Amino acid sequence: MAKTIIPIGPYHPLQEEPEFFRLHVEGEKVVDLDIELGYNHRGIEKLAESKTYDQIIFLVERICGICSTSHPIASVQAIEDIGGIAVPERALYIRSLIGELERIHSHLLWLGLAGHFIGYNTVWMWAWRYREPILDIFEQISGNRNHYAMMKVGGVRRDIEESDIPAIEKAVDDLVPVLDMFKGVVIDDPVIHARTKGIGILTKKDIYNYGALGPTARASGVAIDVRRDHPHAAYGLVEWNVITQEEGDVFAKLVVRVLEMYESVKIIKQCLKRLKKVKGEIDAKVKEIPPGEGIGHYEAPRGEVFHYVRSDGTNRPVRYKVRAPSYMNVPTNKTSVVGGTVSDATIILAAVDPCYCCTERTTAIDRNSGKKTLTGEDLIRLSQEKTKKVARELGLPLEGKLKAY
Amino acid sequence: MAIFYFLIFPGFIFTAVVGLLASWIDRKVTARVQWRKGPPLLQPLYDMMKLMGKETIVPKGSSRLTFLLSPLFALAAVTIVSTLLWRTIISPNTTFLGDLIVILYLLIIPPLAVIMGGFASRNPLASLGANREMKLILAYELPFVLVTFIPVIQAGMKIKLGEILIYQLNNGIAVGSLSGIIGFLVAILCMQAKLTLVPFDIPEAETEIMTGTYIEYSGVPLAIYKMTRAMMLFVLPIFLVILFMGGITFSGWHILWGILKYVLLLVIIILIRNTAPRVRIDQAMKFFWGPMTALAVLGIILAFLGL
Repeated sequence: MAKTIIPIGPYHPLQEEPEFFRLHVEGEKVVDLDIELGYNHRGIEKLAESKTYDQIIFLVERICGICSTSHPIASVQAIEDIGGIAVPERALYIRSLIGELERIHSHLLWLGLAGHFIGYNTVWMWAWRYREPILDIFEQISGNRNHYAMMKVGGVRRDIEESDIPAIEKAVDDLVPVLDMFKGVVIDDPVIHARTKGIGILTKKDIYNYGALGPTARASGVAIDVRRDHPHAAYGLVEWNVITQEEGDVFAKLVVRVLEMYESVKIIKQCLKRLKKVKGEIDAKVKEIPPGEGIGHYEAPRGEVFHYVRSDGTNRPVRYKVRAPSYMNVPTNKTSVVGGTVSDATIILAAVDPCYCCTERTTAIDRNSGKKTLTGEDLIRLSQEKTKKVARELGLPLEGKLKAY
Repeated sequence: MAIFYFLIFPGFIFTAVVGLLASWIDRKVTARVQWRKGPPLLQPLYDMMKLMGKETIVPKGSSRLTFLLSPLFALAAVTIVSTLLWRTIISPNTTFLGDLIVILYLLIIPPLAVIMGGFASRNPLASLGANREMKLILAYELPFVLVTFIPVIQAGMKIKLGEILIYQLNNGIAVGSLSGIIGFLVAILCMQAKLTLVPFDIPEAETEIMTGTYIEYSGVPLAIYKMTRAMMLFVLPIFLVILFMGGITFSGWHILWGILKYVLLLVIIILIRNTAPRVRIDQAMKFFWGPMTALAVLGIILAFLGL
């Protein structure tokens, strides 16, 4: 049978962000997969070097709209690591609380999308409807439904008022029957079993080979979770379990995510209980960051987020490095998709809960010389040339203004 | 007179209006099930008008004639089916012998037209969609044809819809018997596949192959396809109402009862569509050739036994 290429991307209803999966198919069977990323490179790392430590937190918050507190937590921890800054206990609980609320809303979002991808639009709409109360809590705590801007080097920016706690507790309690419902409807549905069991299998060996993270790894029986392995925020102070499944297929990833939401509820309730008792400061009032290096981990809903900062004693870092979990998880598709059908490919590609805005990075290499092309200077030059071209076409006198570069 | 029947009532205009209404009900109920508000009553009409005003793009390298004619074939076929069915309902003796077989043939034409159009459009996603549509027809057509024999056998080997209808009016509807119930259930699932709605929307799976066969269509041809699909949503349940539920009688409150039968089927379609994920094409084939065909054969045996 002739080989055909089925393109998924750069713009495709399956994924909300630009990326390109080239499925080489024979009939319905996928025989090879090319993954192309880099459609939305924004240069966050370079940008971070020109911002002060206070500004960086807001910048990294914009890396991703879904895990918009995972990056700030990793970032503040990296910066605190340089100065060995001790964070007040109350701030730690607030950090974990925000992080876990985010995990619930992110997993519900994924659950809805996964339903959409296999044509189950009712699950999509319902999951997103029950995600709303979580966003309302965020609005109540921070004033924003997303991009909460709660993190700060040395603590958190806003306290959680004593009067807000009952409302948060109630919203979280109300969520448990909802999770039970999804557990019943999604995990016990025979058609969902037929669509998700036994496809896209990643073995333990695959996970180690690719360095996959988060629920993707935990669904294959690899119990890695930085919250437990490298305790930060309040995760060492509360009781919770790492959820693992052995099968490594799409269904196992689904189960891991649903069960993790129960653990998040557990953590949130403990944090709220402690917040009633632990009073005091929420900010260590950091004045300056000494020279040195620091790293910060945070277990984002998709896996470990890793931030590295190098300081030279000024108010800006000299190097900022971000590694998002999707960067490690997306390549596993090469193993899990090949051999399946096109129908399976879509849900498998989505099963790692890819987040491309976190992942994008670009290196263009000239195939003949093996040298890097399109460096920062090249991009600026290209941009200026394009602006000049547009100006010429429109007959606008922009030439003088461009000299300012 | 034949032109009037075909174009105005009960043909094109009537079927189109009711079909668009049915598609509105489908969208509205779906929206309510999914906690959304849903579109206003005239939304399907607005959609049609909008598409009519859009540019028609024919992809480069495609077979132009086939590409543009396929939607018309589909529309013509479904209009004829509707005309035949409603002539039968209004006066059961006006149609010809063997109209059941003609209708079964005509009902395959819309999917065939979709396949032709898909292959003609020279797009890998469209040909994959056409490929799937072909497999799906092969899958559901066998049990569907088998279960249409059940009312035929019950009515004493009559292959004229009018006679089946009269038999059911006198001797009770087909769903009143065990074989009728089995046939009806199988027919509903086959109808879902014929309408290519979830869980059998495999040929157009939006998140997999981006509406598959329809991907290259735009403007008027797309509007015609949409119209055909809306009309199928009206015609197919009416076909089942005639075969299994004794049709619609135009006397006093009986007409309400008849409309209720149609609405019941429509609601069943909408509920199935909203409470299941899409299956894979191989699973659909196994489902229709395995349990569904077995049930259909069982239904035929029971019908022969008079149950």
